[in-house]
Amino acid sequence: MSFYKRGYVGMNMRDAISKLLPLLQDAFLICANGYISRDAFNINDRPKNFYMLGSMGQASSIGLGLALTRPKEKVVIFDGDGNLLMNLGILTMMAQLKPKNLVHVVFDNECYDSTGGQRSISVEVNLADVARGSGIPKVEKKKLGEDFVDSFKGYLNRDGPSFLLIKVQRDPETEMPRVNIPPSEIAKRIRNT
Amino acid sequence: MNAEEFKDELKRLGFNFFTGVPCSILAEVIKALGKDYIPSVREDTAVGLAAGAYLGGKKPSVLMQNSGLGYCLDVLTSLNLIYSIPVLLLVSYRGFGGKDAPEHLVMGRHCVELTTTFEIPTKVCEKEEVKDLLEEANRYIERGKPYCLFIKGDTLG
Repeated sequence: MSFYKRGYVGMNMRDAISKLLPLLQDAFLICANGYISRDAFNINDRPKNFYMLGSMGQASSIGLGLALTRPKEKVVIFDGDGNLLMNLGILTMMAQLKPKNLVHVVFDNECYDSTGGQRSISVEVNLADVARGSGIPKVEKKKLGEDFVDSFKGYLNRDGPSFLLIKVQRDPETEMPRVNIPPSEIAKRIRNT
Repeated sequence: MNAEEFKDELKRLGFNFFTGVPCSILAEVIKALGKDYIPSVREDTAVGLAAGAYLGGKKPSVLMQNSGLGYCLDVLTSLNLIYSIPVLLLVSYRGFGGKDAPEHLVMGRHCVELTTTFEIPTKVCEKEEVKDLLEEANRYIERGKPYCLFIKGDTLG
């Protein structure tokens, strides 16, 4: 087993999430399980955020279902490489259903960070190519350290569906606390917005 | 009750988001739903999609063959059940009574205890109780619970 090491300088996922959260305005945000939910919850919790605690792989399905149901509002998904690899078929559904209000962001740290950093196959597999091949009309990949904020702003303000892959480093050693809102409350508050 | 009437009954109860993966037993229902039915690529994806629709204000139902239940266990237990996200599972009962193709026999023997074990209210639907069981399912759904209704080859017709 090889592990993707922490500790070198560059954009980690938590920094990337910190840069995007203030740009969301009224958009819904669906966060994948693991550090994505933890980071988003601790950096800027809001009623329109949904934190997925289990059901790995399904953040993209939840986001798509919500986008189809609320076509006039933007829906942003914060996904991870491990999560997307588990539910690749969702890209084909997004391409087929074409919700204009959907922005699918994948933070690709090339590992399963919250379980110890075991490597994921996104080291070799280009998930942006998979999205493009699935038929997603707008796809971009940002290399480690490359600016992604302008692309994200653009996708928020234009019709999608769009897919933004951001290569990031692992989160710092200091873990953010777990989401401490009861799950039923997370669901209730988003349904009531 | 035939498939068309079944669809009408679902709509009368307020169900307004339909997705799933087909089974021949459910073919007429899916046909009756027409464009209201969204094809999903896998059963767990369908349950996740339905959960998102519920968060957006819809009342969802997922159609699948019982062979797809295994895929759904994680999403049902770690999403629907803990978040109180209801979903009406309309699951075709292949392998009922031990008479079916070999790939359906093991799941056919255990599917009812499978969903029951995971605390999902479950009924096998006989043709004379379709209306009553949909009403029962609806009462659970309205309280935020998933509900699993097994549809046999002779339930609708």
